[in-house]
Amino acid sequence: MASQATEVRSDLSQQDAVVVRFAGDSGDGMQLTGGQFTLSTALAGNDLATFPDFPAEIRAPQGTLFGVSAFQINFGAREVNTAGDAPDVLVAMNPAALKVNLPSLKPGGLVIIDTGEFTKRNLDKAKYDVNPLEDDTLAKFDTLKLDISAMTVEAVKPFGLGNKDALRCKNMWTLGLALWMFDRPREPLQEWLRNKFKNKPDIADANIAALDAGHAYGETAELAGPLRQVHLDPVPTAPGLYRTVTGAEAVSLGLVAGARLLRLPMFFGGYPITPASAILHHLAKLKEFNVTTFQAEDEIAAICAAIGASYAGSLGVTSSSGPGIALKGEAMGLGIMTELPLVIVNSQRGGPSTGLPTKTEQSDLYQAVYGRNGDAPMPVIAARSPSDAFECAIEACKIAVEYMTPVMLLTDGYIANASEPWLVPDPESYERTPAEFLTEKNGPDDTLLPYKRDSKGARPWIRPGTPGLMHRIGGIEKAVDTGHIDYAPDNHQAMTDARMNKIANIAVADQEIELGAKGGKLAVVGWGSTYGPIHQAVRRAIAKGLDVSHIHVRNIWPLPANLGELLHSYDHVLVPEMNTGQFKTILRDQFLVDAESLSKTSGQPFAISELESAIARCIDEKCGGQVEVNDDQLPSPVGDEA
Amino acid sequence: MNAPVKIETTLKDWETDQEVRWCPGCGDYAILKAVQRTLPQLGADPSNTCFISGIGCSSRFPYYIESYGFHTIHGRAPAVATGVKLANPDLDVWLITGDGDGLSIGGNHMMHVLRRNVNMQIMLFNNEIYGLTKGQYSPTSRPGTTSPSTPGGSIDQPAEPCAFALGAGARFVARGFDVSKKLPEVLKAAHAHKGAAFIEIFQNCIVYNKDVFNEFAAPKGAEDNQLWLENGQPMLFAKGEKGLTLNHDTLRLEVVDVVDGDWEAAKVIRHDVTNRAIAHMLVELPFGPFPKALGVIYDDPAPAFEEQVVEENKRLSEGKEPNLAALLAKGQTWTVEG
Repeated sequence: MASQATEVRSDLSQQDAVVVRFAGDSGDGMQLTGGQFTLSTALAGNDLATFPDFPAEIRAPQGTLFGVSAFQINFGAREVNTAGDAPDVLVAMNPAALKVNLPSLKPGGLVIIDTGEFTKRNLDKAKYDVNPLEDDTLAKFDTLKLDISAMTVEAVKPFGLGNKDALRCKNMWTLGLALWMFDRPREPLQEWLRNKFKNKPDIADANIAALDAGHAYGETAELAGPLRQVHLDPVPTAPGLYRTVTGAEAVSLGLVAGARLLRLPMFFGGYPITPASAILHHLAKLKEFNVTTFQAEDEIAAICAAIGASYAGSLGVTSSSGPGIALKGEAMGLGIMTELPLVIVNSQRGGPSTGLPTKTEQSDLYQAVYGRNGDAPMPVIAARSPSDAFECAIEACKIAVEYMTPVMLLTDGYIANASEPWLVPDPESYERTPAEFLTEKNGPDDTLLPYKRDSKGARPWIRPGTPGLMHRIGGIEKAVDTGHIDYAPDNHQAMTDARMNKIANIAVADQEIELGAKGGKLAVVGWGSTYGPIHQAVRRAIAKGLDVSHIHVRNIWPLPANLGELLHSYDHVLVPEMNTGQFKTILRDQFLVDAESLSKTSGQPFAISELESAIARCIDEKCGGQVEVNDDQLPSPVGDEA
Repeated sequence: MNAPVKIETTLKDWETDQEVRWCPGCGDYAILKAVQRTLPQLGADPSNTCFISGIGCSSRFPYYIESYGFHTIHGRAPAVATGVKLANPDLDVWLITGDGDGLSIGGNHMMHVLRRNVNMQIMLFNNEIYGLTKGQYSPTSRPGTTSPSTPGGSIDQPAEPCAFALGAGARFVARGFDVSKKLPEVLKAAHAHKGAAFIEIFQNCIVYNKDVFNEFAAPKGAEDNQLWLENGQPMLFAKGEKGLTLNHDTLRLEVVDVVDGDWEAAKVIRHDVTNRAIAHMLVELPFGPFPKALGVIYDDPAPAFEEQVVEENKRLSEGKEPNLAALLAKGQTWTVEG
């Protein structure tokens, strides 16, 4: 059972946050296990962040290294902003899962292994020459070797399932054990299982039996010694109603809320693509909110139909990921030229080309800001977390209609799939600004001027079907005010300027400082889903006495008016990004600031420790050192978040 | 859907103040006039009419019709028009495209707008050439077409627009040509059809592909070369002296002589616009041995896409309150006490 390496074992009960990773074959139901464990953790009142990491293949061959699916959760008795660096606990359901995930386990961490899967065949598939349970592979760790497969089969025996079906309950056995380990109630899970298998009560009962058996095993094992139960107190948080939300859910809800605050029907045109499809799936279920969803024949049709719907008076929305966004480029230009409202959601993934469909990256920033033919300015907003995506979606809808422009909302694979607790907002607390349509001619002498601009530079929205306001629009350059075709040099200059100025003058909130203060040695400037690790790394650096601040930018284009001055108030600016330095380049270009890039393009989020090291190095090298920081004070490279 | 209100207009009401920028003598002028003549006869309301086009000579069309108009991007007009119809099913939408726009760069969207059966009139101006980009061969150009991009003559087999439309699942397929006096009748039939109505209009590009349709469109010999189809009527041409019959052994159409107007004796078949198999045969008839089949070739309505979407949205909304606060608080929640 437990190894003898107890002297290196982490004492989880002394930590205020724990990172657990469930890893198994993609057919083992690890995402489901992780999702349910997340829910029970949220219900227990711990703060949490998750990181689902699954293969691009639908059903990768069983037992292979590339078929490993993992779900990591970081939860604590205090605020948690990231899915955690190195896991404290790894659950490995087969040899491949062990091989892929063991290198990231914290030294002294606990690994729980289903020995029933460590057959010759599976060891071969995982490319283990020697069974890792029999050599010193696991020496550095605390190990719990259990034949989960056999115990599951035994537990579900009364329900008469075949061996294959019986083994499918393994994940519930494991979940039961995890629930026991972290002192979680089983009842919500049992209820969920009964509901999920409403029409197959046998399957429900078998899964519940497996869950109970795993839980019971924990209780018994504790009596015998090796396993300890860990209890994390609920986090003191703002009072109110909470739920967990993924980024894809939050975007969908934000779009629905945004359209309703504008009193507009929403039209969503989408085309299946990972990881953006979830938004289409969510919205397809919300028809009662005056939402029409349309699965188009391709990415181009999805955005073009959304433009058509906006032209006809709905709020057109489309969503995709990098490759699909590339296809939508020309149509975005049409939206910009015809000055119609449109929201484009880009759930970024690793690129270029098909790249890493299920992995996260922030490498579509140039594409968002610059990626169109002609001078085609477009506002860009980046969400920092799943719950922030709700607010960003509302802002995107508002800007699109107020300024008659396409708007791009950036999330990424991490935000789309990750979930976190969310203080459910009160819709009444948002400003309602019903969209206005032109109903009468707006020019002198009973003429219509479809491109007459208001004080914000926006043209009127004219719904076809409105009596007497017939007019023509299109992608060809149009004359100032009238919108007639006009190629004249002065006119193109005037219209180009008008489009640029309209976007440049969009009112965005002043940039705030997340941590630290204005002025000083180092500002760490981030955008998007790097928020969590940057925040934690800067917090720890400040705690060590380093002069560093965290600035996190939501409005990528136009940038907040005060940002340049703010950045110039620091000696040095470090920009961590999951790309090769795109935002860094924009900041340098816009503000002539000597920003340095910290780049990561591994398809994995930043670890807090990576950022901490970079901050310490920056302070040391670029800012002439500051305080004595010796290696002992730095957290271990794979340190937890404590 | 609200019943359309008939409006009294004249041809002049459908003219815009914009200078028409087609080459002098272009077949597009005749099509424009035919449409402007047809719209008053339909009782169409300019405020409720919307012309949507892609890119190409044909796609300049919306600028010259006094209605709502959207000149979109190359090939994508069917997708834009689909969004327009889904957002406002009451609008009367006309889609204007060409052989390059609608069958080459936009072939995919054309397939899907037809298969979905979105209620609109789709006018595909076929001149078998790229005009606006100065004369390259197009997906409907005949093999051997000499053009700047095919100096040795084009090699690939052309697409047959009406066969494409039928293959894609179109429920209305018709043909006409620019200067034909019968074009307004074809347009009216298309308008009366609920669903996607596909009309191929042979259009004479006098600069890059002059008179390429003269073999059947020229006034001289028109009687022999044009088979104007009418539902329920025998398939007769050449002043009733010839007709089409179906050979029951080979399952092919054949030309037969009609003596003394006795078409029944010659076994000439009647046109049935709901016969999809015959429609396929008619659009594929090789010109020469056969006349060009024109008019309404196929017309067999099915439920329109946007109406079904509206119904589906209604059905899925039934008994559900659009309560945003409740939606946000959905799922398993917990309360943190203050």
